[in-house]
Amino acid sequence: MSQAALQKLKERFPDAVTQTYTGKGGDDVALVKKEAIAEVCRFLKEDPDLLFDMAPYITAADYMGSEPRFDLVYQMYSTRKNHRIRLRVGVPESDPVVASVTPVWKGANWYERYCWDMYGIRFEGHPDPRRLYMYEEFVGHPLRKDYSLRGRQPLMPERTVDEPFRGPGPTGG
Amino acid sequence: MAKDSDNLLPVHAAPAESPLDAPFPSKRMLVNLGPSHPAMHGTVRAVVELDGETIHGMKLDIGFLHRGFEKTCENVTWTQVFPYTDRLNYVSSIMNNVGYAMAVEKLCDLEIPERARYLRVITSELHRICDHLTLVSAMGLELGAMTVLIYGMEARDLIWDRLTELCGARLTSNYARVGGVSRDMPDGWAEKVLRTLDRSAEMADEIDRLLTRNRIVIDRTRGTGVISRADAIDYGFTGPCLRASGEPYDVRKASPYLVYDRLDFEIPVGTNGDNFDRYLMRMEEMKQSDRIVRQCFEQMQPGAIASDDARFVLPPKPEVYGTIEGAMAHFKIIMEGIQVPPGEAYACVEAANGELGFYAVSDGGGRPYKLGVRAPGWNMLMALPQIMEGHMLADLIPTFDTVNMIGGEVEQ
Repeated sequence: MSQAALQKLKERFPDAVTQTYTGKGGDDVALVKKEAIAEVCRFLKEDPDLLFDMAPYITAADYMGSEPRFDLVYQMYSTRKNHRIRLRVGVPESDPVVASVTPVWKGANWYERYCWDMYGIRFEGHPDPRRLYMYEEFVGHPLRKDYSLRGRQPLMPERTVDEPFRGPGPTGG
Repeated sequence: MAKDSDNLLPVHAAPAESPLDAPFPSKRMLVNLGPSHPAMHGTVRAVVELDGETIHGMKLDIGFLHRGFEKTCENVTWTQVFPYTDRLNYVSSIMNNVGYAMAVEKLCDLEIPERARYLRVITSELHRICDHLTLVSAMGLELGAMTVLIYGMEARDLIWDRLTELCGARLTSNYARVGGVSRDMPDGWAEKVLRTLDRSAEMADEIDRLLTRNRIVIDRTRGTGVISRADAIDYGFTGPCLRASGEPYDVRKASPYLVYDRLDFEIPVGTNGDNFDRYLMRMEEMKQSDRIVRQCFEQMQPGAIASDDARFVLPPKPEVYGTIEGAMAHFKIIMEGIQVPPGEAYACVEAANGELGFYAVSDGGGRPYKLGVRAPGWNMLMALPQIMEGHMLADLIPTFDTVNMIGGEVEQ
């Protein structure tokens, strides 16, 4: 809902922003190259005319069979300017690594972990790159279209966890 | 005598070698809260590193309630998704229904009739009252005020009784549809709702008198669980938790949907961003929701409750049973699902906890290609470790209450 923001973004990053369009219901969308996403996000957050200060909602979609296979979606909102835009970033299956925007917005943390967990997109520079919902032994990424709806995984033996603060002796010391 | 007592040193100034002065040996300790813990609202596991009673580090482990919402929705028709959205925030399910319906309608470019808009607003606001009553009474309970829970539950169930008369279920309402709502109000329902609102407002006042000036509640909530305005925005807080920090963002005012632009209501905004302010936001929002529902009943006119666009909405039953075209249209919508035009859209509503957004992608078929949910509780829960750093373990409980994390939507 902000043509002006898109225009400004396109002027600032003529190479990284490959396309802009107004989608269904007036959603303003920009297609951004994968390599530039962290820089674009920092600009969007800090530019005084744009000020997308609120952490975006980040999700992904799997367009299996087309290239690039994955589509990362950043749904942005500015509390200062009350405008929204959406960034879409194509991520190829062969190199599913994107720069993390958690250093830009702290609130991106779990959304990026979600995208790793569900789609297998890795985020470089993420402070805590674990899975979000599934356990670490889980194999595969459930929201990929080639993951079976009824996919079953074997039960895992219980993990043994060392007590990090335990001193010597049987009861700690 | 006086001279002797002058020479006596006070106990706390005794020489450090005294055994009474030895420092208490405190050892860092890991404590697991949850996943099955009465104060962890469902199934969140928090691993807390304690020094004495002070939290020095905290990690959250979620996913115990993960049911594969998105995967499930990708494999059912657009209409069949509604019951699944009920189970996101199960205390205020109609707002989830409405949010999802709006995303699909955005994709379909579908206008819905006036009466359906009013009905969606009325039911959403009734559910907002339910959600806030739940939060306030659960907070009371966990701070030791059991009475509050009893009052809150009574008021909430009265409202749920009215919603049952409308849509047949207390919790899993499944009320909205693509293009409108599923049922119109029964006869005399408006008057009953107004009586119920009177009664629940009385109960809310009772809770207000029990909690708002209560010494214990104030001591436990004021100044605990503080998050600054800048941090709250940076974490993506929305809803009452963001407004308690002083940022007046509300989707109903920022980008009015349905009929919110015609209604007169106010958005309470706090200043401190602590648990007490978050509690006050809820108390005030209940009054505003009450106002909204009353205005809707005055403004709404009789009319259709669903669009008559045959591509997306089931035909009326006499046509289904009486004409071959009606029967075929019904069969196709039920069996194949409505054919949503290809594209992607994001629609958001102000749910009880904040901005609830749905990102829907259609490939032109009868099933969602992708359905992402921006659950408001996600961001609030994410920020908990930072909020609690250096605070007492006991403060975690009211903070967990007031951020109102709902397992159903956060863990999907």
